[in-house]
Amino acid sequence: MIEIKDLHKSYRMGSNSLHVLKGINFTAEEGELVAIMGSSGSGKSTLLNILGMLDLADSGEYTLDNVPIKDLSETKAAQYRNKFLGFIFQSFNLINYKSALENVALPLYYQKVGRKERQEKALNYLERVGLKEWATHLPSELSGGQKQRVAIARAMAAEPKVLLADEPTGALDSKTSYEVMDLIQKINDEGNTILVVTHEEDIAHMCKRIVHLKDGVIVEDKKIEQVRAQQYV
Amino acid sequence: MWLFDRDLWIEVFHTLGKNMFRTFLTMLGVIFAMVILVLLLGSSNGMSNGFDKIFAGTASNSLFVWGQSTSEPYKGFERGRRIRYKIEDAEILKREIPEIEVLAPRIELGGHRDVVTVYRNGQTSGSSVYGDYPEIDNITKKKLVEGRFLNQTDIDDSKKVCVIGEETYKLLFEKGEDAIGQDIRINGVFFSVVGIYKPNNNINIDGENAVFIPFTTFQKAFNTGDRMGWMAIAVEPNTKVTIVESRIKDILKNKYDIHPDDERAIGSFDMSEIFNNISAFTTVLKGFSFFVGIFTLLAGVIAISNILLITVKERTKEIGVRRALGATPRVVRRQIVVEAIVLTAFAGLIGFAISVGILAFLDSMWGSGEDFPFVKPMVSVPQFTVSFFLMVSLSLLIGMIPANRAVKVRPIEALREE
Repeated sequence: MIEIKDLHKSYRMGSNSLHVLKGINFTAEEGELVAIMGSSGSGKSTLLNILGMLDLADSGEYTLDNVPIKDLSETKAAQYRNKFLGFIFQSFNLINYKSALENVALPLYYQKVGRKERQEKALNYLERVGLKEWATHLPSELSGGQKQRVAIARAMAAEPKVLLADEPTGALDSKTSYEVMDLIQKINDEGNTILVVTHEEDIAHMCKRIVHLKDGVIVEDKKIEQVRAQQYV
Repeated sequence: MWLFDRDLWIEVFHTLGKNMFRTFLTMLGVIFAMVILVLLLGSSNGMSNGFDKIFAGTASNSLFVWGQSTSEPYKGFERGRRIRYKIEDAEILKREIPEIEVLAPRIELGGHRDVVTVYRNGQTSGSSVYGDYPEIDNITKKKLVEGRFLNQTDIDDSKKVCVIGEETYKLLFEKGEDAIGQDIRINGVFFSVVGIYKPNNNINIDGENAVFIPFTTFQKAFNTGDRMGWMAIAVEPNTKVTIVESRIKDILKNKYDIHPDDERAIGSFDMSEIFNNISAFTTVLKGFSFFVGIFTLLAGVIAISNILLITVKERTKEIGVRRALGATPRVVRRQIVVEAIVLTAFAGLIGFAISVGILAFLDSMWGSGEDFPFVKPMVSVPQFTVSFFLMVSLSLLIGMIPANRAVKVRPIEALREE
């Protein structure tokens, strides 16, 4: 599903440049649930940004669902993001003047799905995250966990190939975190490929594989026994 | 077609409605600009209409020629000699200068602007008395309230008839009295009234207290022989009056032995000059109004663009999220531009409605043009269309500034956690 070969990325900081990614090789199969771990400055967010086509690598190859990702124009990148990727952010990033339903329907709007079909699909995904009856509520009327569930529904609405979650539980207490992880695990059970960036050990162990980044290189990549979040909920 | 994209409009109105007060303040600039533009244009239109009304009935391509005193000695004549035209001059000029369309010889009792006592049943009026040809009506139109103007039969038969001004009528007749067919007495000669004219707000060279009698009758009644006081001349539309004027002067100078360089001997007045001056004045006024209005409008539209720039800055995160969710730069740009256009168009229409209201009020108060040239102050449909579309295109162009700023928002930066 995801194939990365010898990925390099550096940022220019004034006169000296900062080499953030120093040759990353990484592959993720369909249906995997991968935790990307590392301390701050390890390059995990940069890696996720490149995977999410929000940032460009300096060199290396990136193939997503057999489509080479390179020389993207802004428009093409937007279309690929819409088609291939679903984003889940630490701070949810819901649009605050739109209802939960409208937020979920937004990626479908950019896919030019008709209004009615959009509403139906969005409502369906809201139901899957257990928030059907909250459809008309604004994000300000929802709790943190509910917001993240709306965000997850939004990420899934466009039926992407890969879900990218950047510290999805970073802004949540542990109980809510486990609820969100439970949801992510269930989505993964249905065969969706999910990448989770986190620095929390317990969250990482709820994935099926942990990739450890340190100073821009992968220092450890291991399959693990998944801890089900269900038991903590 | 984005115009019918319901979601786009929902998005646009959502954003604009989210901050009504700011939206309103933003629009204020364009509202005022539109009010100023329309008021300026409407007023200059009103002024132009007012001048048109004043000059209605006066042939614009015309001139008047009269005799004065020589200022140069010539061919044994001393300076200060009075020039008196003869009726044959009219024929000569018409023959020599084919560009002359109408030439009406005129004569006035007494001197220029002299008044003569006119009697009727013990009532008197001090009026100007003119001997005229019917052709004069083609140069300065008289608005008749009763009866008719002089005609060719009056001239041919030297009929003792007259057309009087309303002022003269009021002085000589009782209110409501039928004047047609009644006699009035001038210098002992009786004339029967055939028409009464009314001042019609236009240029009135002859005044309103005046009596017009046929030229031929005038000659016989007051014993003026072949004398001619002055000439009213209308020139063909495509001929310059000044050219005809100098040719007339050359002929007359030659005939009356006037020094070729004598500027004072022949008096003349070129009507077209006034018309040209005034039409140049109103054209400049209109142009100036448009110029000022458009720049005010530009300032208003820039204000809108400015506020949208701030809005874009505030919405950086939202735009970033949209980009991450698959909004193409085109979609983002379109939304901001449509916001600019909607704001401008809406504000423009409000401003237009306000200013049309003000113009209608001005029209009802002072639009009759009685006291000063101000008639039907209103903008024309083409004027409005041009300004409106200019405004919308400006907003489209200037809306690109905040739109491009929005497109430059990189999702990665917008989404960076604080």
